[in-house]
Amino acid sequence: MKHYLKDKNFKAGLIITGLMVLVILIGLFWTPYDPNAMSGSEKLQGPSAAHWFGTDNFGRDIFSRVVQGAGATFLIAAATVAIGLVVGLIIGGLTGYYGGLLDEILMRIADSILAFPSILLALVMIAILGKGKYNIILALGLLFIPSFARIVRTEVAKQKNTDYVRNAKLMGAGDMRILFIHIMPNIIPVLLSSVAIGFNNAVLSEASMSYLGMGVQPPDPSLGRMLSEAQGYLFQAPWYAIFTGVAIILLILGFGLLSEGMGGE
Amino acid sequence: MSDRVLEVNNLSVVYKDSTVFGKRRDFQAVKNATFYIDHGEIVGLVGESGCGKSTMSKAILGMLDDAEITGEIKHYTKRPQMVFQDPHGSLNPAKTVGWILEEPLRIFGKYDEPERKRRVLDMMTRVGLEHELITHKPSELSGGQKQRVSIATALIQRPRFVVADEPVSALDVSIQGQILQLLLNLRDELDLSYLFITHDLNLCYSICDRVVVMYKGEIVEQGPVEEVYEHPQHDYTKSLLEAVLK
Amino acid sequence: MAYVIKKTGVLIISLVLISLLAFLAFQIIPADPTTKILGTDYTPEKAEALREQLGLNDPLPARYLNWLKGLISGDPGISYSYFMPVKEVMQGKIQVTAALSLFSWVLVMLFSIPMGIILARFQGGHLERTGIVLNQVFMAVPPFFLGMLFTYLFGLVLQWFTPGGYVPFSAGFGKAMGYLFFPALAIAIPKAAKTAKLLRSSILNEMNKDYVRTAYSRGNSRWAVLRDHVLRNAMLPVITYLAMSLADTVAGSIIVEQVFALPGLGRLLLSSIGNRDFPVAQCIVVIIAFIVIFMNYLADIVTQYVDPRVRLN
Repeated sequence: MKHYLKDKNFKAGLIITGLMVLVILIGLFWTPYDPNAMSGSEKLQGPSAAHWFGTDNFGRDIFSRVVQGAGATFLIAAATVAIGLVVGLIIGGLTGYYGGLLDEILMRIADSILAFPSILLALVMIAILGKGKYNIILALGLLFIPSFARIVRTEVAKQKNTDYVRNAKLMGAGDMRILFIHIMPNIIPVLLSSVAIGFNNAVLSEASMSYLGMGVQPPDPSLGRMLSEAQGYLFQAPWYAIFTGVAIILLILGFGLLSEGMGGE
Repeated sequence: MSDRVLEVNNLSVVYKDSTVFGKRRDFQAVKNATFYIDHGEIVGLVGESGCGKSTMSKAILGMLDDAEITGEIKHYTKRPQMVFQDPHGSLNPAKTVGWILEEPLRIFGKYDEPERKRRVLDMMTRVGLEHELITHKPSELSGGQKQRVSIATALIQRPRFVVADEPVSALDVSIQGQILQLLLNLRDELDLSYLFITHDLNLCYSICDRVVVMYKGEIVEQGPVEEVYEHPQHDYTKSLLEAVLK
Repeated sequence: MAYVIKKTGVLIISLVLISLLAFLAFQIIPADPTTKILGTDYTPEKAEALREQLGLNDPLPARYLNWLKGLISGDPGISYSYFMPVKEVMQGKIQVTAALSLFSWVLVMLFSIPMGIILARFQGGHLERTGIVLNQVFMAVPPFFLGMLFTYLFGLVLQWFTPGGYVPFSAGFGKAMGYLFFPALAIAIPKAAKTAKLLRSSILNEMNKDYVRTAYSRGNSRWAVLRDHVLRNAMLPVITYLAMSLADTVAGSIIVEQVFALPGLGRLLLSSIGNRDFPVAQCIVVIIAFIVIFMNYLADIVTQYVDPRVRLN
């Protein structure tokens, strides 16, 4: 972890993501206003000392709503990455360790899935599962499995042929023990970069899907959903869309830089 | 026969070409090898790189998954172990020395935690490792310290037979002597027998009781070290020795 | 040639497989279109007759084959929402999406190739550093947000176009393309930033090779080396990437059509999913999937044509 700090991209990513997470964490307990409190006398006001990001068509404080929306988007991204990571670790670990025909078939399937734009697959899955917060987590989580499985598979296949693994076998360690206790800790550094890029993709996908009305539904908050609401007031209150969009960009940018700083794509 | 440690009869190892398409080109790495190791002996296995000595030692310990093995391998001891050439690769880089040493005992499953800890510290003392290194990772150790950890890991399950695959050739010359002396001391203390793989004929002469010479997958000569070195029978052995004695 | 034949075989199998998967995916959803189509006219007898007419009573394999036959002959079933042939519902929509995604694909190339070369050419300078930071930011901007910014700035403030307006191709090619410019730009910018980055690292990677050092030692300038030696090799991975990114610009147009209210396949897909009009959704998904597979196929063929090293494998 320490040697990453020398990397400019990593440092910039850490600062941006760190600030976003800090604001999100504070937002869980306190926001300047109740994000849902309406005020008929304060509709569509521009940014001011009282309302840093202005107010929306119901007179709600946009800063508070952006903080809440960023938190929701972040949590959805985290849940999505968690599903992809855990299932990807298991599938990629087993296929990388045992190899063989099943490995060949599963990796071909993973490659085919990865060839398609994720937004298209996500739309098909939402058509099957229905809209809503939990379905979008499930759909995106499932879509993230192949990329994690691929990376884990490659790394496990590499580690499998090391002397420390041969040594563990010689001592009588079972396959599962070797795979999950001996090998897995060694591929975590490689995975960190993939996790960061996973967050990056998850935020973008969730925001896109919710913007299209296929993801998070009212009254659940999300940055993508706010952006689609903000579009209706683009002329009267451009700050609504701009601040919401900037929050999305910062989340994506932060994770992208982190991943790049850790040697990812 | 009562004090045999290992007997190998007519051992052959063939690597099968794994490609599905194209011509199959099998490679016979070991041909009809027959030899034995007696209790307390250090048997040197010498030959140039690629002669099949590493393959044979791996076959003996059942570490070859992707090759066809024929012949007979008889172990007279339980849980034979191996000391690898490169301690950098044989120690799990993600774990601490303490974890690495305790792991064989956890797998073995006979001792409770305090007993495992006691045995780990005891073994560290035996191989000359300071106890405070227990919390260090392999990357924080010197080459010599790593090889000591590697030896300790191999010995902690208390095997009676150990294959040492070029155990000092990856180390600085200044440390090689210490590690060799350690291996000799441990043989006496822990009642071990070694199959000692090396390409260094001088080294083999100084520590081995008997020597097995391999050339292109075959054992061309074997016998007590003095006898083989003084009266080599096979041309290959002669040329090897000439090269060293020059 | 053997390579092309083999790849074409794989292409056909993939197309059949993907059509089967898309068909099955939409069969998982329990949906009885009869209540929806008949509405207040609903009687069990009428519903049964309608089911028979739509072929819903046939066994699954027969339905798949019928649908596939229809798809190939250009008549992939009846829309549940409009109760008219899917073909007619999609009339004119494909052109909008095709024009938009091709347009943005061309923009991606126009931006990314000079940008990648400039970033690599001025390596280590201020220009490169600024360029890389900007590039990184552009990569992080979602196309739909970019589309909104354009709508605000160029549509509402500067009034260069009417937001929500759309001019069909029948009103003139130039005019129609004018309305597609900002949507295409919104899709293209993040994608171009990613491509430029890839090209830059590909060039720098190539610059470190021995033959480049030799070229320098003969006294060639950086530009000359770049132009005469490096670019050809450095473009290889980028060409593959560009061929495959047409699929991404199609996906991008699904989203951006929504921002600019363009009547393309994307909007139709969204409304058909929302209305549970699955024959239409299924058809659009298959069309886009076919484009993806076909572009991958083309990328393979082009790469092997340009790069003789691939041919050996």
